[in-house]
Amino acid sequence: MAEIRLENVSRKFGSTQALQNVSMTVPDGSFVVLLGPTGAGKTTTLRMVSGLDQPDDGDVFIGRHRLTKLEPAQRNVAMVFQQYSLYPHLTVRENLAFPLQSPLLKTPKAEIERRVADVAEVLQIAHKLDNRATRLSGGEMQRVSIGRALVRNPAVFLMDEPLSSLDAKLRADLRLELKRIQANRGATFLFVTHDQVEAMTMATHVGVLDHGKLVQFGSPRDIYENPVSIYAASRLGQPRINLLPADLFGRAPDGAKTIGLRPEQIHQGDGLESTVKRVERLGDQTRLHLKLQDHHIITVTDAHTPLRAGDIVKVKPDRPFYFDAAGARIP
Amino acid sequence: MAQIRIENLRKEFGSFTAVKSSTFTIEDGEFFMLLGPSGCGKTTTLRMMAGLELPTSGQIFIDGEEVAQKRASQRDIAFVFQMFALYPHMNVRRNIAYPLRSQGVSREETQQRVAEVARILDITHILDKPVGGLSGGDRQRVALGRAIVRRPKAFFMDEPLGALDAEFREHMAEELRALHDRMNATTVYVTHDQLEAMQMGDKIVVMNHGVVEQFGRPQEIYDWPATMFVANFLGSPPMNFLELSGTVAPGDSTIAISGGKVGIPDLREGASGKLALGVRPEHVSFSDSSKLRAEVIGVEYLGTTQIVTLTSPHGDLKARMPSSKKVAWGEKVGLALDPRNITLFKQDGTASVGRALLSAGNEKVLFHG
Repeated sequence: MAEIRLENVSRKFGSTQALQNVSMTVPDGSFVVLLGPTGAGKTTTLRMVSGLDQPDDGDVFIGRHRLTKLEPAQRNVAMVFQQYSLYPHLTVRENLAFPLQSPLLKTPKAEIERRVADVAEVLQIAHKLDNRATRLSGGEMQRVSIGRALVRNPAVFLMDEPLSSLDAKLRADLRLELKRIQANRGATFLFVTHDQVEAMTMATHVGVLDHGKLVQFGSPRDIYENPVSIYAASRLGQPRINLLPADLFGRAPDGAKTIGLRPEQIHQGDGLESTVKRVERLGDQTRLHLKLQDHHIITVTDAHTPLRAGDIVKVKPDRPFYFDAAGARIP
Repeated sequence: MAQIRIENLRKEFGSFTAVKSSTFTIEDGEFFMLLGPSGCGKTTTLRMMAGLELPTSGQIFIDGEEVAQKRASQRDIAFVFQMFALYPHMNVRRNIAYPLRSQGVSREETQQRVAEVARILDITHILDKPVGGLSGGDRQRVALGRAIVRRPKAFFMDEPLGALDAEFREHMAEELRALHDRMNATTVYVTHDQLEAMQMGDKIVVMNHGVVEQFGRPQEIYDWPATMFVANFLGSPPMNFLELSGTVAPGDSTIAISGGKVGIPDLREGASGKLALGVRPEHVSFSDSSKLRAEVIGVEYLGTTQIVTLTSPHGDLKARMPSSKKVAWGEKVGLALDPRNITLFKQDGTASVGRALLSAGNEKVLFHG
C-alpha cells in the first residue's frame, strides 16, 4: 500500500495544456475521486500515475519511489478503464485469473481459484464464470475488467469511470463493494468519475480539476460546504447550486457579483416573493422550481408539500456564499 | 397524436419468454416510461409497439386501430435510437429534411417544416453547418429534429441518453421534457434509470422478468409500490424492509414490532405468516422513546442529506436525514417510522417477492391500474 504524490506535474498535448502544475498528495489508504467535466485533466492525471503517459515537467511518486522513469509494469498499480479490455477468446474465469498467472508472481493454483471466486462473488458474476468474454453484456464485461484489477493486490488502484456503463442498482452495489475493499485492504484508490453521488459517497478526498489545474482538494463535505469558487461549488449538489445577482436580496459584501444558494441555504416562509413554476416529485426528493423576478431558482421541499404551480412562496438566503466577478469565493 | 393500448402482449424467442403478458394504456400526449432492469422485456415491448418485432400473441391499438401484425412503416411512429446517427456528408438542414424528401413532400412544405422544427429545437443558427463540427448536444438536437419533422403519431425512444455523461444527461433530460411539453406528442421512453423515469415521466410501467409489476404516476408508484420488487427498484437507496412474522387483520392500524407498536395506514385485508414492513429511508427518524432499537453502522454524506445505515433486530435499514443532524458510528438509537408512509408486504418465499397488502394508504393507487 502506498501514498501517491504528484509534484508540479504539467502535460501539454499540442496547444492544449492538459495538466498545469498539479501538486497533490493521495494519502496511503485513501479514496481520492477526481471530479471535473470532460477535458478537465482527470484521465490525464490517472495516466501519469499509471505510467501510460509521462509529464513534460514535474514528478510522480508512489511511496518513496520516483516513478516518472519507470515502466508501467514496475509500478504495481492496477488500472480499470472506462472501456473494458478483455481477452475475447478466454472465459470469464480465465480472464480473471490471467493477472495472477504471471510467472513472476508464482501464485499457487488453489490461491488463484479462491481469489477468482471471491472477486466473482463481489461483482455478482459468479454464475458467468465459464462463459466466453464475448458472450457477456456490456455491464458484465465491465465487471470482469474491474475484477481483473481486484484479483491482484496492487499498491494502488486507478479507475477511470469504471461504473458509468452499469445500471443504477448495480452501480449502487458496487459503490459499497469498492468502498469495502478499500477499507478492508487498506488500498489506495484514485478514481475518476462524472458522477457526484459516487464522489460524495466513496471519496475520503475529492480533487476538483478545472482546465488542467487542481482548484480544490478536500473531503466531500469541505468542498460542498466550503467551496473556493463557483466552479467548485457547481461540481457537487443536486439540484445544482443556484447562482443569482449578489444584491438580489439586499446589500451584498464589497466586490460580490454573485450569490450562491444551495437548497439548504434558502429559507422558505419570509423574504422575497417567488412564484412556483413546477413541483417536481422525484420520490425521495421534491423539487420546487421557483421564479423570482427574472430568475429561476430550484430548491427542495417536503414530499407532502401542498404547494402547486402558481402559488407564491417567500424566500430569503440563509448563510449564503458570495463570489466575486472572477467566480472566486468571498469569505 | 395518439393513444396506444397494449393488451395481453406476449413475445417468445424460442423457449425464452421475453414478455409474458403486458397490458397497459398510454394516453394521448403522455410522456410514458418503460422502466426495469436489463432483460426485463422493456425494449422488446417497445420494439413490438414500433413494429420492429411481431408479438407472439396479444394486441396493440394505436388510436383504436389494431396494428400488432402491421409493419413498422404502416404505423406512423418515429423511433429515436441512441441519438447520434446523422448523415455525416450532409449539413443540418439536409439531415432534418431527409425523411420528408424520401416521403416525396414538396420542396416548399419541406422548407417550412424544417424551419419550424429548427425553431422548436432552437437550432436555426446552425441549419447550414455541416454536422461534423457540431457539439454533442447539437448533434442530438438534429437527430431529434429528424424525428419531429415527420409529425409522427408518437415518438419511441430506447435509452436515448444512455451513452451521455451524467452532467449532460441531466441537461438533455430537462430539454427533452421541455420539448415534450411544447409539442405534447405521445412519447414512449425506455430506461433502466429510475431517477430518469421519475424525473421525466407522466406515467411509468415497471417491468421485471417479462411481467408488468406496476403501472401509474411516478410519485404514486414510489409512495405505494405494489410489490417488493417495485419498492426495491425505485428509490436510491431503495425502500427498507423490516422482517416480521405474525397475523394482521382488516382494520388494524398498528403492528407489533420489537415489543412496541408502529402505526400503519388502516389495513383493508389481513394476512399471516412472513411479512415485511416497507418504509422509505426519508420516513425513518430517531426517537429516544421508541422500542424499536438500532445501531448506526454507516454514515454517507450526500450534501443536503446524509444516508445513515442502521442494524436492527429486524434487519439492516437506511435512513435519510438532513446533514445538519449529528450522527456517530456505533451510536445506539430508537427509530420512529412515519405511520402515513408504511406498506406491509406479504412475503411468499424468496426475499424480493412480495405483494403489498391493501390499506387506506395504497388502495386508490393499487385499484386504478
